[in-house]
Amino acid sequence: MNQGQIIHPLWLRLSHWINALAVVIMVMSGWKIYNASPIFDFRFADDITLGGWLGGALLWHFFAMWILLGNGLLYLGLNLATSRFQRKLLPISPKGLLHDMHSAIKGRLAHADLSQYNQPQKLAYLFIILDTIVLVLSGLAIWKSVQFPLLRELMGGYDTARIVHFVAMSALVAVVAVHVLMVALIPRTLLLMIRGR
Amino acid sequence: MFKPKKIQLLDEAAVAQAALQALPQPSRRLFLQRGLTLGGLSLLSGCALTDEDAVEQALLRVSTFNDKVQAWLFDPRKLAPTYPESMITRPFPFNAFYGIEAVPRVDGDSYRLELSGMIADKRPWSLAQLQQLPQASQVTRHVCVEGWSAIGKWGGVPFATFLKHIGADLSAKYVGFQCADDYYTSIDMPTALHPQTQLALTYDGQTLPRQYGYPMKLRIPTKLGYKNPKHITAIYVTNVNPGGYWEDQGYNWFGGC
Repeated sequence: MNQGQIIHPLWLRLSHWINALAVVIMVMSGWKIYNASPIFDFRFADDITLGGWLGGALLWHFFAMWILLGNGLLYLGLNLATSRFQRKLLPISPKGLLHDMHSAIKGRLAHADLSQYNQPQKLAYLFIILDTIVLVLSGLAIWKSVQFPLLRELMGGYDTARIVHFVAMSALVAVVAVHVLMVALIPRTLLLMIRGR
Repeated sequence: MFKPKKIQLLDEAAVAQAALQALPQPSRRLFLQRGLTLGGLSLLSGCALTDEDAVEQALLRVSTFNDKVQAWLFDPRKLAPTYPESMITRPFPFNAFYGIEAVPRVDGDSYRLELSGMIADKRPWSLAQLQQLPQASQVTRHVCVEGWSAIGKWGGVPFATFLKHIGADLSAKYVGFQCADDYYTSIDMPTALHPQTQLALTYDGQTLPRQYGYPMKLRIPTKLGYKNPKHITAIYVTNVNPGGYWEDQGYNWFGGC
């Protein structure tokens, strides 16, 4: 691998970290909002929530929403414009996935060339993108259930939209947890997302 | 027994409000001290946040921006979904900023709805007079800011009918409400004129029960629950945003669905 070559352009790195900040704010304030009227039989510990009370959490949630949306649209736009999606995240095949998963379990998954994602990685990143879109749309269906009737019905109605929003959040948190674990295992990738090379 | 509170005349209220808006708002300060001294943000930045004031200002500014976005998204012709009576939530939940034992007792016979502000005919209304106006009923979903929702059936006077009847200035920006439980809130004129916004006098075919806002509440299926004031004693029309009980503590003012 050429050490001097920029693998992650500046716009991608900026967008990654802005997104990370927005998601942390959205998730932590979201947990506080969830606590005001839990869907399931548990609450999130106050220490890991943001906003202090429901009103504060809502202010944070509807503040970070704009960062998430604006940054997300820029990210999608630039990825499409530069064909980065095609180059980095495609193709994914079931065969390739199984092969790479098998190697990973055996501890033989190569990370020599960090400019190439392995198949589970591609799937995880694609999932994060699609799941975030589901989060934004279900959130919009909850926030504006009267103004967006089609979206509301697509989400199964107001109450079901809350469940969709919650499940999509849980999936995102789970995948990000694995993502952070993998970064801890291969710390060079963190450097890559900071310096670009 | 409940004694109707005299509300200020519009001019006084407008002047006082303009002055208040120029000053730091004590209730908002309080909310900040309570709300933003949080482990979460320290955790986030790795250090204690020192300038909470700037954070509060930024959050509230975005909330005001969100009011504008919601006003822009609001379609006066778009109706909130209605449901069959079989879907009514029973029992319909009681919800207020106090317990059910503290619900005010309003005497229906001596009740008078006070009117002020940009209204041509400011004569107070008795319950009987309100009942004589054309009535309509609807089964809609009440959405609470906390996230839960419940379906109920309210009947009463379409608010637009009432506003036209009293000669309210429909080009004014806001309609404000004072309530017997000292609750207060305000809404934008387009929402006030929405066909589903109603002065509710009944619930599920019965006289509006005490715990749901007797003698009268404003039912707005296009807004969150805290924008649906109960036990209304005074209505005023104004161009100065009157805020609200929860709104002044940090809840979003528009609160639209």
